[in-house]
Amino acid sequence: MPGGPPHPKGDDLQNIVARFKTVWPGFSLDVDVELPGSGVTALFGPSGSGKTTLLRCLAGLERVASGFLNFKGQIWQSENTWLPTYRRPLGYVFQEASLFPHLTVLGNLQYGLRRTKQANGFILQQSIELLGIGHLLERKPDSLSGGERQRVGIARALAVNPQILLMDEPLAALDLKRKQEILPYLERLRDELDIPILYVSHAPDEVARLADHIVLMENGRLVAQGPLVDVMARLDLPIRLGEDAGVVLDATVAEHDPAWQLMRLQFSGGSLWARRLDLPIGRRVRVRVLARDVSLATRPYPDISIQNQLAGVVDAITDDEHPGLALVRVKVGDSSLIARLTKRAAASLHIEPGITVWAQVKSVALI
Amino acid sequence: MDVALTETELETIWLTLRLATTVTLILLGVGTPLAWWLARTRSRWKGLIGALVALPLVLPPSVLGFYLLLAMGPQGPLGILTQALGMGTLPFTFWGLVVASVFYSLPFMVQPLQTAFESIGERPLEVAATLRASHLDAFFTVAVPLAMPGFLSATMLTFAHTVGEFGVILMIGGNIPGETRVVSVQIYDHVEALEYLQAHRLAGVMLVFSFLVLLALYAWRPPPPKGG
Repeated sequence: MPGGPPHPKGDDLQNIVARFKTVWPGFSLDVDVELPGSGVTALFGPSGSGKTTLLRCLAGLERVASGFLNFKGQIWQSENTWLPTYRRPLGYVFQEASLFPHLTVLGNLQYGLRRTKQANGFILQQSIELLGIGHLLERKPDSLSGGERQRVGIARALAVNPQILLMDEPLAALDLKRKQEILPYLERLRDELDIPILYVSHAPDEVARLADHIVLMENGRLVAQGPLVDVMARLDLPIRLGEDAGVVLDATVAEHDPAWQLMRLQFSGGSLWARRLDLPIGRRVRVRVLARDVSLATRPYPDISIQNQLAGVVDAITDDEHPGLALVRVKVGDSSLIARLTKRAAASLHIEPGITVWAQVKSVALI
Repeated sequence: MDVALTETELETIWLTLRLATTVTLILLGVGTPLAWWLARTRSRWKGLIGALVALPLVLPPSVLGFYLLLAMGPQGPLGILTQALGMGTLPFTFWGLVVASVFYSLPFMVQPLQTAFESIGERPLEVAATLRASHLDAFFTVAVPLAMPGFLSATMLTFAHTVGEFGVILMIGGNIPGETRVVSVQIYDHVEALEYLQAHRLAGVMLVFSFLVLLALYAWRPPPPKGG
């Protein structure tokens, strides 16, 4: 039935269940999705894929006639329910910071705070510190840089003590330098907030760096969703890291080798040596391994320059874009690597699902 | 040349200012919601209402005055209403002038406000909604402050335009000292009576006043606020 189940299941108290279906001239949206109620979920897809529209539907800024939204057991929209945006316990960050130009930075931060029942000054203070904007409070928005404005916009959304943070391409309007300025703050949000964050983006590098979970959209429809690490390792999905296919691994810094200026990164399934960075042991890092930097051998080679050799089992092979190339996925423990080989090499090594191989990883990049 | 204004002329100026202030205040109340609606509606009535609001800009004042006179007369719909309420009929009274001027000055209030509201766009109101502000709250705390330059222009234009009104007043109010005789009508009287000196004094006052209003409008208009 279109109105959804009358009694929420156990998961409905933890997760966000959303169904929206509508047709506009030249665009249609048809999604039925259950989003995790914690961590960072990226809504990822090309422009026009409907990811921003989905976010606006979740916020109640867009109202589609046929919609259902259950936020952790609270019905925000159904056939006979409609909670207007101003009554939804959410924070929203727009692509342009959209600060109120007639108010100071502090006035902007207090605008929502004053209208929030469960608000308190402590959360405001935390938001100011988290985004590092304490020195800007008396300024007017038009005297701030683009990056500063966006940090104020994020703090303003957090100051209302939301139960979910929705971010619509918060970096898209910024140049590369400003992006680099804000990304560390977004990582702090991810690590320090215990509310779910929905993050709309079409930039694979941002997604790979920030997201725990990914929802892939195209033409107003859901293509795939799941934990980022799993979705990135799928061979049937065209997610590219920069210009190439590859995987993302969650790892921790396990060991430093000061003599050779290397560090060992432990991930579930093995470990990789990378150039040493000044990071404490135990720090969570995310690394990417591109398909072009992985080659395969049927036995370990002691006498080659590549230091990272991991034993694994081939579990899938697919055609790459060029007819002469194949992508091969190798299971290493719980993790996956993707290697790009010529089809001739794959044939001469008899590479097929189930065989054991040694993946030689030439380059590992921290993201 | 005696430049001091006479008692009668001061009374006329006072009446004129009272009329303009009353009309401006009423139009702030009536014109603001109308301008807001025109700026944001997607209704098919928008074009029709917009055209009706703009009509006094192009209509000869005598035409507007003629129809208003009929409407306010004993047989007209407004006249029947005011008589039923025990207020008599409006023509040749101060409040008759007020009602007529409200219609005549309507576009001068509504159009600058509509433009100001349109230039704000949807975004600041969406932001306000995500910050827990209801529609009415967002209107007063976001839309009105952002449209303040529009409010200033609209108020000044409406006030000045009502002060300068002539044709509609003559049709509705005639020329009753202390009740409906405003500056523009008195100037006309002076000229008719070949009292050029008196006409000069009042005309000079009007000229300086109008110039100062426009000067304020063009010189002190604050720069449009940059969007954050």
